[in-house]
Amino acid sequence: MKSLVRAFIAIVTISIALLFGISYLNAAEGYSGDNTLTIFNWGDYIDPELITQFEEETGIKVIYQTFDSNEAMMTKIEQGGTTFDIAVPSDYTIAKMIDEDLILPIDYSQIEGIENIDERFLDLSFDPDNKYSIPYFWGTVGIVYNPDLLDGKELTSWNDLWDESLRNQIFLADGAREVVGMALNSLGFSLNSTDPAELAAASGKLQSLMPNVKAILGDEIKMLLANEEAAVGLVWSGDAAEIMYENEALTYVIPEEGTNLWSDNLVIPKTAKNIDAAYAFINFMLRPDVAAQNADYVGYSTPNAAAIELMDPEVTEDERFYPPAEITDTLEYYDNIGKANLATYNDIFLEFKMSGQ
Amino acid sequence: MKNNRFARLALIPYALWIVIFVVAPLVLIAYNSFLDIEGHFTFANYGKLLSPVYMKMMFNSFFYSLIVTAVSLLVGYPVAYFISRTKHKGLWLILLILPSWINLLLKTYAFLGILGTAGPINAFLEVIGVGGQQLLFNDFSFVLVSTYIFIPFMILPVYNAIEKINPSLIYASRDLGASNWKTFQRVIFPLTTDGIMSGFQLVFIPTLSLFMITRLIAGNRVITLGTAIEQHFLVTQDWGMGAAIAVVLILVMAIVMFATRKIIK
Amino acid sequence: MEQTKKWFANGYLILVFVILYAPILFLTAYSFNSGGSMVGFDGFTLEWYQELFSDTRLLIIVLNTLVIALISATIATIVGVAGAVAIHNIEKTKYRSMLLTLNNILVVSPDVIIGASFLILFTMLGISLGFFSVLLSHIAFSIPIVVIMILPKLKEMSPTLVDAAQDLGASQWQVFSKVILPYILPGVFAGFFTALTFSLDDFAVTFFVTGNGFNTLAVEVYSLARQGISLKINALSTIIFAITLALVLGYYFLSTRKKPKTLGGTD
Repeated sequence: MKSLVRAFIAIVTISIALLFGISYLNAAEGYSGDNTLTIFNWGDYIDPELITQFEEETGIKVIYQTFDSNEAMMTKIEQGGTTFDIAVPSDYTIAKMIDEDLILPIDYSQIEGIENIDERFLDLSFDPDNKYSIPYFWGTVGIVYNPDLLDGKELTSWNDLWDESLRNQIFLADGAREVVGMALNSLGFSLNSTDPAELAAASGKLQSLMPNVKAILGDEIKMLLANEEAAVGLVWSGDAAEIMYENEALTYVIPEEGTNLWSDNLVIPKTAKNIDAAYAFINFMLRPDVAAQNADYVGYSTPNAAAIELMDPEVTEDERFYPPAEITDTLEYYDNIGKANLATYNDIFLEFKMSGQ
Repeated sequence: MKNNRFARLALIPYALWIVIFVVAPLVLIAYNSFLDIEGHFTFANYGKLLSPVYMKMMFNSFFYSLIVTAVSLLVGYPVAYFISRTKHKGLWLILLILPSWINLLLKTYAFLGILGTAGPINAFLEVIGVGGQQLLFNDFSFVLVSTYIFIPFMILPVYNAIEKINPSLIYASRDLGASNWKTFQRVIFPLTTDGIMSGFQLVFIPTLSLFMITRLIAGNRVITLGTAIEQHFLVTQDWGMGAAIAVVLILVMAIVMFATRKIIK
Repeated sequence: MEQTKKWFANGYLILVFVILYAPILFLTAYSFNSGGSMVGFDGFTLEWYQELFSDTRLLIIVLNTLVIALISATIATIVGVAGAVAIHNIEKTKYRSMLLTLNNILVVSPDVIIGASFLILFTMLGISLGFFSVLLSHIAFSIPIVVIMILPKLKEMSPTLVDAAQDLGASQWQVFSKVILPYILPGVFAGFFTALTFSLDDFAVTFFVTGNGFNTLAVEVYSLARQGISLKINALSTIIFAITLALVLGYYFLSTRKKPKTLGGTD
């Protein structure tokens, strides 16, 4: 009994000491004030120096939390027990969030700098007139590959992936819409197709790709491609930029059959507590100098036309990552195809995965 | 001590916990398994489980779990036995548990490095002339890493069972002229079935429900029930389907526990 | 003959333990790599350790993780002891095995199911996500493990011990604190440490039920992994491993010096 009491007292003492440590560190970091802004964003999707700069300029303390998928983010916001002031969903998720009444309309009288955004990225199908969302980053889905590992072979289309010389050489991103979309595009169909015949054809075509597929991966795909564990990857353009930064041997191509164009946008969730701070943050991110610095750090493509003028032309004139309007006009955003159709996509994807076993 | 007030008092916090954190979640899962993606009542989720794709997935999942359990037993049993014969048993046991205190995801990333084309094992294979091999993203890597994760849970119960054996039984067997192997076969092994059965429970069921490493280490070439549940809850948001698979998993769990308890008795 | 067998046994044990520690040694070795990734060793550096200690946010997360683990393991141990005693005292086998089954369900349930169902539960109860929801969840999934660790000890205990104490006029509390508790103490400690391990290790459940900027190490590691593991994390796990190793070995050698006989197993 004595030893138990002693152990108990020791644990309580240590816990209290740790709690003091936390509150000391929190105070040192400035998290304890009242005027805080809680941001819910993808991992590594903002330059941390910009957060510091924002805190210094406005006196608002930023609490930053990350998510790893649109669905996980939506689930947390739906739950209601959270108080995120800013979230960064992708296009089709915004449509869903509008449907389910999870985000607040934007009051444009409080927004400064929306004119900096390239018109190509405004008034899109998922949020007409941008009533709810402000563009943050955009990009495409495509093929990143290492010509050195393919004897200098050049890839230009989705159909190139079916080439026998790529046996066991392809990493795919673990996303049903991306992978099924690729198969649809490779057959010349829309990647938003809900036609059963087209989907069946896509499913069949996908399964014939399996011998070339080495693995279907999450975020570790970046590290593994940079480490040359496989020669080819189906990835988002932003990830491709990161991979190419790590390993210069790789290159990225937007497949000629067409592909997905995506955009991540700033929104204010219904559960927001500090709406003034949310607007301050949106305005801050719309500033050309801030958007330029952020794009430099994150490596994704910015929709901020004024920022592009401040950036290194070598980056912004690279058509792999800043494709001109002629190309983007031919690409498709993901539509919110509805839960039942989405389930079909997921079934096709699962069947594809199982065909490898 | 039977029937005293103190024990009944002690039941209150525990019963409260059971109701809130065991019964309520179970009911919620069962309820959800009868909802389709739009939230209407349906049996379709269970119907879908009988489709070839899901049958194949469940079959594979059981198959791999059995292999992982068997490998854990084959490798782990001698470890438990040898530890019970060493001087510093406590130290060995602590050293056995210690690695599980390092974050699993980190260890998994380490395995990506170790087994990778540029990793130490392939470098070694090159040196001895075998040549580079693909060690990642296949059955081998999945079984290896799963066994790595769960083997302490096989070793500990087996070890406990060995320790409980009355040493005089072993002496008796030796006095009767049995060889060491005979003694092991006829005395020690039968007396450790309890330990093996709890080891089976502690390895087989968690392997069924593994996720994350099916993607990281096996590149989705192996899909377990756990992976499917995670996908349905976090990615496809088809909670009904996820819940239906969860119900299957819970039933399997109950069967395994029932069967192994029968054997223990 | 005897010698070769001993040699084989030791060799086998050492081999298995080398494999067991290989990933940790791998992480540790690369924490000193100036190359910045876990492929190819470029040169020795302490850069990652410096970066680690200047990252206040990460240090807060480490402390959060420890606090959650310690508090949840303590509360879970208390409730678990109560639960084990209560189960042990139920006379009807039917009820006892029913409770035990319910108890075991949570131990063997996949983390994803636990996490998802707790999230639904907290939503229904209107509990906001953060420190409190994470703490509650960790307590909840640790309790059954503690019960499992303690029950065998209770079963082993001879009932005459308790009867004798009662005959000598001990109150029920005295019987518990003076007779039962000392007897099951190894199980209590084993339960506490297992609960601690589960809490420190947990990723999936926390991932579901955390929110509002509260993070534990496992969840943070997961989100850091998005950008490709920073060797800062290797440095952190090296330090954590070194500290636990020192504590555990220190404890072991101190306790064996005092009373060499009692520390045989963990059961």
